[in-house]
Amino acid sequence: MSEQVKDAILLASMPKALNGKEFTYCPGCHHGIVHRLVAELIDEFGLREKTLLVAPVGCSVFAYEFFDVDGTVAPHGRALAVATGMKRAKPEMFVLTYQGDGDLAAIGTAETIHAANRGERVTTVFINNAVYGMTGGQMAPTTLLGMKTTTSPYGRDPKREGYPIHMMEIMRALPGVAYAERVKVSRPQDVPKAKMAIKKAFYAQLLDVGFGIVEVLSTCPTNWGMDPVEASRWLEENMVKEFPLGVYVDKVTEVMKEKGVK
Amino acid sequence: MGEKIMVKGTEAIGEAAIRAGCKVYFGYPITPQSELTEYMSRRMPQEGRVFLQAESEVATVNMMYGASSVGVRVMTSTSSPGFSLMQEGISYMANARLPAVFVDVVRGGPGLGDIQPSQGDYFQVVKGGGHGDYRLPVYSPSSLQEAVELTIHAFDVADKYRTPVVIFADGMLGQMMEPVEFPDPVDPSTLPSKDDWALTGARGRKARYVTSFDIDPYKLEQMNLVLQETYKKIEAEEKKWEEFMTDDAEIIFVAHGTVGRIVKSTVKMAREKGIKAGLFRPISLYPFPYERLAELAEKVDIVMTVEMSAGQMLEDVKLAVMGRAETPFYGRLAGVIPTPAEILEAMMKEIRR
Repeated sequence: MSEQVKDAILLASMPKALNGKEFTYCPGCHHGIVHRLVAELIDEFGLREKTLLVAPVGCSVFAYEFFDVDGTVAPHGRALAVATGMKRAKPEMFVLTYQGDGDLAAIGTAETIHAANRGERVTTVFINNAVYGMTGGQMAPTTLLGMKTTTSPYGRDPKREGYPIHMMEIMRALPGVAYAERVKVSRPQDVPKAKMAIKKAFYAQLLDVGFGIVEVLSTCPTNWGMDPVEASRWLEENMVKEFPLGVYVDKVTEVMKEKGVK
Repeated sequence: MGEKIMVKGTEAIGEAAIRAGCKVYFGYPITPQSELTEYMSRRMPQEGRVFLQAESEVATVNMMYGASSVGVRVMTSTSSPGFSLMQEGISYMANARLPAVFVDVVRGGPGLGDIQPSQGDYFQVVKGGGHGDYRLPVYSPSSLQEAVELTIHAFDVADKYRTPVVIFADGMLGQMMEPVEFPDPVDPSTLPSKDDWALTGARGRKARYVTSFDIDPYKLEQMNLVLQETYKKIEAEEKKWEEFMTDDAEIIFVAHGTVGRIVKSTVKMAREKGIKAGLFRPISLYPFPYERLAELAEKVDIVMTVEMSAGQMLEDVKLAVMGRAETPFYGRLAGVIPTPAEILEAMMKEIRR
């Protein structure tokens, strides 16, 4: 079988780490793409039987409905404390949190920073769509300046609501972090890059280097009041300026080279 | 069983947890229980087990949630303000049916309060400080030997019913020294398997979730009904109390924990004066031993509650007595410890009334 045929089969088939249930996320939401990338990586690493998924409170509270791995739903913001408890109790397991911006960067900021700073051997996928999606589009810690939401109807004013928080830049200041990268999946060519970033964050845990996190800039067409194409364009034009893409911490690539891992 | 050794209260509880097979301890410093956290930081690594100081009590309870969900025995200890911070996580653990042991070394409140012994957390601990329909088995020891036995028992009850359990202690118990006999460590291979529900990885079976969540109210109601069934069993099987000189008593004191111990002296003083007093000491605060207290109340005129609070257990005493006897109350607040003599004086006032 040629490589192209293998790729085609991979693209056309359902990853084993997903259970086949149709996603219930809104049209144009990026959760579906990122779920699939995570599931593909779980399959590629052969981790399905070792994975513990910690879903957050937010739209992806339903993540467990779609992934065919053991897991739980943490209290709002506490996913990384729950993950810490799991990993400390059972270090042989592969522990993954999947969190949104309100969860990870507002109510759970303390848990996020301390788990990262302890270098917990867990991996976090962080979805930043600049709003609270599940509760109906309220202002998030990552809402852009001037952006209108249901709780910032006059637009986010830094004098009143402060500034969007930059978690990857914060991660750079924490020695326990082994991998931190900000990516997007709004254009097809972004997707393999995002997958590679998440792969490195998996390796941060699997090679015992430290905490791994990937921030994915994502759309929320429903709460942004746009169609999916418009939302992707808006992300490209606005979010990428506020939240620069790129690798913020990488202690993993070197260890991969040392250990001969590709 | 080994020989008797002198230990401090906090160490007695910590060592009991280790012997009960506690594999993971998370904690955050707070007076008057920090010695227990310190003890675990020394002892757990010696046993090849996990100690981790969390960044807050909020993180602590969620780390416990994680550790319990993968099937290990887990404990924390804290004091009142810290226990308040844990309520959200405890509510989640109750509905996710996650076993764990919490030690609340109660101090004077409300607010920052003080660091002296108190029983002012009764409502929060016994009636549920978090949201939703849940209960927690609660044990209130009055001596260090009893603290050791109840700590070990708490782990067993937590596993048997899949529920968080609380040891209700106070700073007096934590700081006192007494001779204690420790049982031999539990053989981990004899503990009940948790493989039928714990998150062990979806190996050779369907993936499973431990959760307190269901968006469908009918399914969530079913989860709630499982909890309610569990509480019925706990109420039927897990009531504990001690009676002291109740056989011929004409006045019965009700007091728990260290206050129960103080009231024993009051009972003896009253008997020297020719007043037939007795003590009913609930050991399980939930489930509260209502039936036995109701029986005793039939035979006396006065059932007097004494607490280091403004009268919280008093409400359970009244529910038990149901008007069969007078139910006066004596309490000291905010970390003040009542003396046997002042309790006696309060009793004399009630008798003269």
